[in-house]
Amino acid sequence: MITSNAKRGIVRDALGIGVATGAYAVSFGAISVTAGLSIAQTCALSVLMFTGASQFAFVGVIAAAGSPWAGAATAVLLGTRNALYALRLTTLLKVSGPRRLLAAQLVIDETTAMAIARDEPAQSRFAFYATGAAVFSLWNLGTLAGALATHALPDPKVLGLDAAPSAAFLALLAPRLRAREPLAIALAAAVVALLCLPFVPPGVPLLIVAVLVVFYGVFSR
Amino acid sequence: MIWAAVLVAATACYALKLAGLSLPQRLFQDPRVQRTVPLLPVALLAALIATQTFSSGGKLVFDVRAAALAVAGVAVLLRAPFLVVIVAGAATAALLRLAF
Repeated sequence: MITSNAKRGIVRDALGIGVATGAYAVSFGAISVTAGLSIAQTCALSVLMFTGASQFAFVGVIAAAGSPWAGAATAVLLGTRNALYALRLTTLLKVSGPRRLLAAQLVIDETTAMAIARDEPAQSRFAFYATGAAVFSLWNLGTLAGALATHALPDPKVLGLDAAPSAAFLALLAPRLRAREPLAIALAAAVVALLCLPFVPPGVPLLIVAVLVVFYGVFSR
Repeated sequence: MIWAAVLVAATACYALKLAGLSLPQRLFQDPRVQRTVPLLPVALLAALIATQTFSSGGKLVFDVRAAALAVAGVAVLLRAPFLVVIVAGAATAALLRLAF
């Protein structure tokens, strides 16, 4: 069972995460419109894709004059980790039927972290849905606000918004670099991407890096 | 074409989430899958940072965005929240463009 005290604590944490990601979504909306996507396309990404790193990658590739399909491929590759999150959550959530279709869309970094941080399965489930509801609402609200505000600007580049995606990717990458291997892989990936950049269409260096890292993961050791 | 890519990518991202909740667990328990999947975001995010910062229209360039990235890096090291990191990067680029 789950006490009302525990519930209150979880809701408070969920709202805190929701507000933080909502603020982050404002920058996503701004970056997306700056990249040339319409307000509707920007909001569709937040509602339908609903996984931050993939969304930033999609609009980032388009901003760098890459093909939307290169952006789509990068977004999907970044989304593969959600499958592993979902796998970890299966035993905690125990969902089936139509409810599983809803729960699946909420499987992201934040909800997974909140759910597995709890010891009790009932608390895990509550934390998952509370965080999912808070982040989904505020992420989409923030996206719309950022998109509308940027749409009203005459030239978003004046605000340095073209430099914003790199900062966003850095903020997403930093927590994953706490060991030597990921740090080495990050540096190697950056160098490889820059080396092939002049010779292939925009966005393609990312796919080359993805293929190489899959080979490394599968065949090393 | 952007719409088609949005819808295809969003559907695929959703399918990945649903697959994790639905497919037999043993499919994902292969140690090679467990090892490779967490490395993908590390490599892709690093490659995105490099290409977004040092390229313009398919050419290697070095401009105010490099300084913006450095400032964002300092903000990350200081454990600043996400939004502060982004605003610090964008503001650096904007101010440098204003100054030069």
